Amino acid sequence: MLAWTIYISFLGAAALLLLPKTSVTAARILALLTALAGFALALTAFLQHRTGEMLPIVDVPWISSLGIHYHLAADGISLVLVLLTGIVAVTGILFSWDIAERTNEFFAFYLLLIGAVYGVFLSADLFLLFVFYEIVIIPKYFLIATWGSTRREYGAMKLALYSFIGSAMVLIGLIAAYVAAGSRTTSLADLAQFHFSPHFQMLAFPLVFVGFAILAGLWPFHTWAPTGHVAAPTAASMLLAGVVMKLGAYGCLRVAMVLFPLGLGPWSHHVLGLGSWRDVFALLAIVGIVYGASVALVQKDFKFVIGYSSVSHMGFILLGLMTLNQIGLSGAVLQMYSHGILAGLLFAVVGRMVYARTHTRELAALGPMNLNRVLPFAAATFVIAGMAGMGLPGFSGFVAELMILIGAWHAYPLLAVGVGLGIVIGVAYVWRALQKAFFSDSPTEPAAPPHHHPLPPITLPEKLGAIILIAASVLVGIYPQVLLNLIVPALNSPLFAGLRTGSWQ
Amino acid sequence: MTNYSQLVQLALPEILVVATALLVMAIDLLALRRRGTRVRFAVAAALASLGCAAAILRILLAPAQGSLFDGMLIANPLIHLVQVALLVFTILTLLLAVDSTFTGHVGEFVLLLLTATAGMMFLVATQDLLVLFISLELLSLSLYTLAAFSKRSRQSWEAALKYYLFGGMSAAFLLFGFSLLYGFANSTSLPVIAAAIHGSALNPFIAIAIVTTAIGLGFKIAAAPFHFWAPDVYQGAPAPSAAFIASGSKVASFFIFFQLVAIGLAAAAGTAALPHIVRGWVPVLALMAAVSMLLGNLVAIRQTSLRRLLAYSAVAHAGYMLLGIVAHTQQSLAALLYYVITYALATLGAFAVIAVVEDQRGSDRIAHFDGLSRQAPILSLALAVFLLSLAGIPPLAGFFAKFYLFATVLGSTPHPADLVWLVVLAIAMSAVSLYYYLRVLKAVYVTPPAAEARPIHSPILNQLLVLLLAAAVTLLGIFPNLLLHPILAAIQSSGL
Repeated sequence: MLAWTIYISFLGAAALLLLPKTSVTAARILALLTALAGFALALTAFLQHRTGEMLPIVDVPWISSLGIHYHLAADGISLVLVLLTGIVAVTGILFSWDIAERTNEFFAFYLLLIGAVYGVFLSADLFLLFVFYEIVIIPKYFLIATWGSTRREYGAMKLALYSFIGSAMVLIGLIAAYVAAGSRTTSLADLAQFHFSPHFQMLAFPLVFVGFAILAGLWPFHTWAPTGHVAAPTAASMLLAGVVMKLGAYGCLRVAMVLFPLGLGPWSHHVLGLGSWRDVFALLAIVGIVYGASVALVQKDFKFVIGYSSVSHMGFILLGLMTLNQIGLSGAVLQMYSHGILAGLLFAVVGRMVYARTHTRELAALGPMNLNRVLPFAAATFVIAGMAGMGLPGFSGFVAELMILIGAWHAYPLLAVGVGLGIVIGVAYVWRALQKAFFSDSPTEPAAPPHHHPLPPITLPEKLGAIILIAASVLVGIYPQVLLNLIVPALNSPLFAGLRTGSWQ
Repeated sequence: MTNYSQLVQLALPEILVVATALLVMAIDLLALRRRGTRVRFAVAAALASLGCAAAILRILLAPAQGSLFDGMLIANPLIHLVQVALLVFTILTLLLAVDSTFTGHVGEFVLLLLTATAGMMFLVATQDLLVLFISLELLSLSLYTLAAFSKRSRQSWEAALKYYLFGGMSAAFLLFGFSLLYGFANSTSLPVIAAAIHGSALNPFIAIAIVTTAIGLGFKIAAAPFHFWAPDVYQGAPAPSAAFIASGSKVASFFIFFQLVAIGLAAAAGTAALPHIVRGWVPVLALMAAVSMLLGNLVAIRQTSLRRLLAYSAVAHAGYMLLGIVAHTQQSLAALLYYVITYALATLGAFAVIAVVEDQRGSDRIAHFDGLSRQAPILSLALAVFLLSLAGIPPLAGFFAKFYLFATVLGSTPHPADLVWLVVLAIAMSAVSLYYYLRVLKAVYVTPPAAEARPIHSPILNQLLVLLLAAAVTLLGIFPNLLLHPILAAIQSSGL
């Protein structure tokens, strides 16, 4: 059944293209129903499958002469991310209820993107995973270039090229691994058991890891992220930060680290005090955390604040992966979920609730509008989302960041200090944005700028979307076991055996 | 005498094509002279397509196998497969030509198209230098004239003249190389030449022959630095001619290039492993491939005309496909054939879309594609399929073609690291190529249409053709087995 999350999204996209151009409402409802159906399937599978082990879905020969199978399967990690995709897909549509121009095309690209994302998370065959991974690029480009805002064509092209360069690196690694293993199979499980030579893994690991990590916003390859997020329409930024960046992190874990665990091992000598690729990427992740947070602290554009905060939060995920201990890795997967929800929520507040009404994202210009009084719901949502993003207890972000911090403390005691610094700056930028945008004590308060048109109130779809996202974060924040029960057994499954025996600590 | 009845047996498909060509010419000149161009094109294209279809049926239903006169004319499953592909491309080109208005000489146009097809069919069915050269010239001379067919357009003349001059020169090089090979081996048969080269060190004669052969055939496949004709011909020639030059003739040229070097020069291969290069044709072609990929992709970025963009992307694709020849294994031949056939389908489709837009908006400037998606959604979707397939985006055929080609190239050598530099370069360059393909699609999908733009009316036949090609490119991408199995089976039973 879970495979239908993919098919139903693609079918929905095709149906939307066949709709007459004028039926805007029908397009919205059709898109929402499709996303809801995908979400329902994801949730059912999530609730039914409580052990986290590999759940086979489909396995048929596809290109038999090359040993390529159409093989879908889901373990606990996939299920968590599929559920995240379902939630973000539904809320993304709720937050783009106001798209009026070429509506059916917008939602068709949107569903195409969603279907491919489901496909990546469910693929158990490397070739298939890569196919879905590349399908994501094109709808992403058109969503941003057509319906975006600030410098949209630049942002969209930059994003597309970064993604494609990343996937080119991945492709080189995949073909090399396929050939090195005898050109017989592209099954992830089979390739993970093949013993690639340590020399080969040392070369292939950084190539594939960086290829995926470009999409996960690894510093210094993150520069597509702020411009892309800012240019994108609300739903696309939600998807971009919510699930597409997770594709990169998922690829790092599921492909790069699983196939080439020895690539994480120590080099024969130290370079600049770094002894392995693991050290290198951990350091880059921490630089990303601190850098992203610091840059977010000085932005004038509200959306850039959120864009850079994404870079910072994605740094946590990559750091969690590099801790190579169970708590750190579980925390990383949990953070993928948490950041997906929270980034979605933050982009929804900034892009849909504020920008679509005020037509400005300049913090200085938003201040005098007294948004806390004009749009109290937006202000309240941002306060909650900001608190969750800072990592306050009770939200998913707290559990995830705590686990990563503990994992990092075990692996890199010194670098954990950097993480602490990142968290502190994180509090500061959220606070600053909150105050400047919503609670600015403007001296001209009585004479608030005259609005010829008072800002339209927050609509029902927006409220619904915000409530779903907040609930999804709080639920996991209060009871993280609901996800960890799936994640931990998956990390202990045979697929990760190479990682555990090779370089686990 | 039995030899001649055998000759008729083996060459029956070619004979059918030539007979059809003469028949079409005669009917057009004798019976339809006073009718309108449209009617004449419809009748001529229908007759010619029937002739090609008859040839296909003959090949599929009663495949005659054998080899005549020491390999001057060969028939085996692999050659049949390539010939069927060539005939299909001819039919598709004829369908594309039906609605054109660029010429009143319908009979001559179709005649030349069919003689070019006959030339290609002989070209792929021989292992003899003499027949190879003659059929190559038959193909080339037909193509020069086809390129010049738009008599009212100065661009068309210029293109044809450039094509002819460069082509004549490269043919001279090729003939010179062949004469050296003949002088060395005392035979024009490829296997005999291979046996003569075998065991002897790479002497200057062979080295010169390798270089001149590379020049002669490098010209046909538009590999850099012998590509100078391509942008002008792609831009100036009438759309059906350009599409034919870009599709069918590429398939034939790549196949014969592979045969010539892999069979005739097998003993002089050498290796292109950096930094331990062994002299032979492999390093020469590897260098040509690298230059083509770099130059084609980088120059394509700057183009403002879609046809010229396709020409430079053709140079880049020639670079990728040369990797299949460089690897010269059975698998890489299969990958090369899959690549060149799907590439030809996508290119032909792109030209079919260009033909309509040019007709309605006056030129193929990318700016004239602005907002096409809102005026011709089907045409735009098809163009997106073709260009994304060329860029190598899954699930379209171009992606699997690239994956399979690069995988076989890496897996071909005993030391997989030998050609890794070429594969890395190819993949890196195909990442660059997405930029210029996306630029075209941006005009089509993102940019709003110009205010005065009128709705686009494309002829129904053209729409069908475009849809058919887009469906083929998508289907072959999702189910590569459809084409891959026949290719592998044919290669298996023909033994390269």
